[in-house]
Amino acid sequence: MSEDKRPVSRRQFLNYTLTGVGGFMAAGLMVSPLRMAIDPVLQKEAADGDLTNVQLAEGDITNEPQRIDWEIDQVDGWYESKVSKTAWVYKDDNGDIVALSPICKHLGCVVSWEGSEDYPDQFYCPCHDGRYYKDGMNVPGTPPTAGLDIYEHKIKNGMLFLGKAQPREEA
Amino acid sequence: MLQKIYDWIDERVDITPLWRDIADHEVPEHVNPAHHFSAFVYCFGGLTFFVVVIQILSGMFLTMYYVPDIENAWRSVYYLQTEVAHGQIVRGMHHWGASVVVVMLLLHTMRVFFQGAYKKPRELNWMVGVLLFFIILGLGFTGYLLPWDNKAYFATEVGLNIAQDVPIIGDELKTLLSGDEEIVGAQTLARFFAIHVFFLPAALFALLGVHFILIRKQGISGPL
Repeated sequence: MSEDKRPVSRRQFLNYTLTGVGGFMAAGLMVSPLRMAIDPVLQKEAADGDLTNVQLAEGDITNEPQRIDWEIDQVDGWYESKVSKTAWVYKDDNGDIVALSPICKHLGCVVSWEGSEDYPDQFYCPCHDGRYYKDGMNVPGTPPTAGLDIYEHKIKNGMLFLGKAQPREEA
Repeated sequence: MLQKIYDWIDERVDITPLWRDIADHEVPEHVNPAHHFSAFVYCFGGLTFFVVVIQILSGMFLTMYYVPDIENAWRSVYYLQTEVAHGQIVRGMHHWGASVVVVMLLLHTMRVFFQGAYKKPRELNWMVGVLLFFIILGLGFTGYLLPWDNKAYFATEVGLNIAQDVPIIGDELKTLLSGDEEIVGAQTLARFFAIHVFFLPAALFALLGVHFILIRKQGISGPL
């Protein structure tokens, strides 16, 4: 050992080894509890659930947005329940089906088509006067910062099936 | 870095004396297993505390998933046991640790008893220790019901009947514990949960504090 290095005293050595071993044991002890605590973050997101028949015939979808309510089976940890979902459904000018989520992109209230008499032909959120055009895009100058989410949909045997509401891609 | 943070705090609050007081003290030769191996019997108290710490930590994490409700208690335990990563291990720690605490506690009690370490001036600490023993047993009893399976239910049924046999106040004591005169159910489970995670741990911390302060104050009993 070179002269300029201070030798480690017996006391220091014992302090370091005991702290090290103790810390290692304490860390080992906490691995499982911490892993368990952060499990919700690491759980794989459930594969896109099946689309649900919302009991609306394709022929009944008009150019006017109509409110559709249906129920899905939700598994929340150990608790299974039926949860009601809502969509505003219409056919756009090209005849394509559009199903919009009613959840306002501002703070999560529920919007309605022509929910305010002052704003015909728009979706209206009563909480902070948020507004959206018919295609679901937010009216500039109102609180929402993005357009309404869009439900995945398909037509099977002439009936409308809806899945999860997805945020629209930022243009 | 750590040293700097320590110095920064120490400069303002002067924590070194506090820290010295808690951790830096002489261990007499007769309780040091390095001198006399048989001195390992002096470890049982510390081991009991160590396992109690494990119980507190694992219990805190278990309450992230457990719900004390008769509809969901068993299901939430089943969920954390089967679906949550490492949930089985954490519940295992709490389950087995509960028994280990009692074993360590008995060994510690036996050491104090057979060495006569409870004698004057340490009678008070013996009494506090006996209270701690009852609290640990109470924790074991109330925790046993929480999984809300058949074993839990009928063990509690038996335990409540034992409480009912207490002279004079037996009936009231049973109702007080179960929350209902006849039913062992929703109210019992909620009560046992509250007692298990709030009331008894609070009493445990207070008495453990007294237990440790008395040891520091009176010192460890002399060699045999």
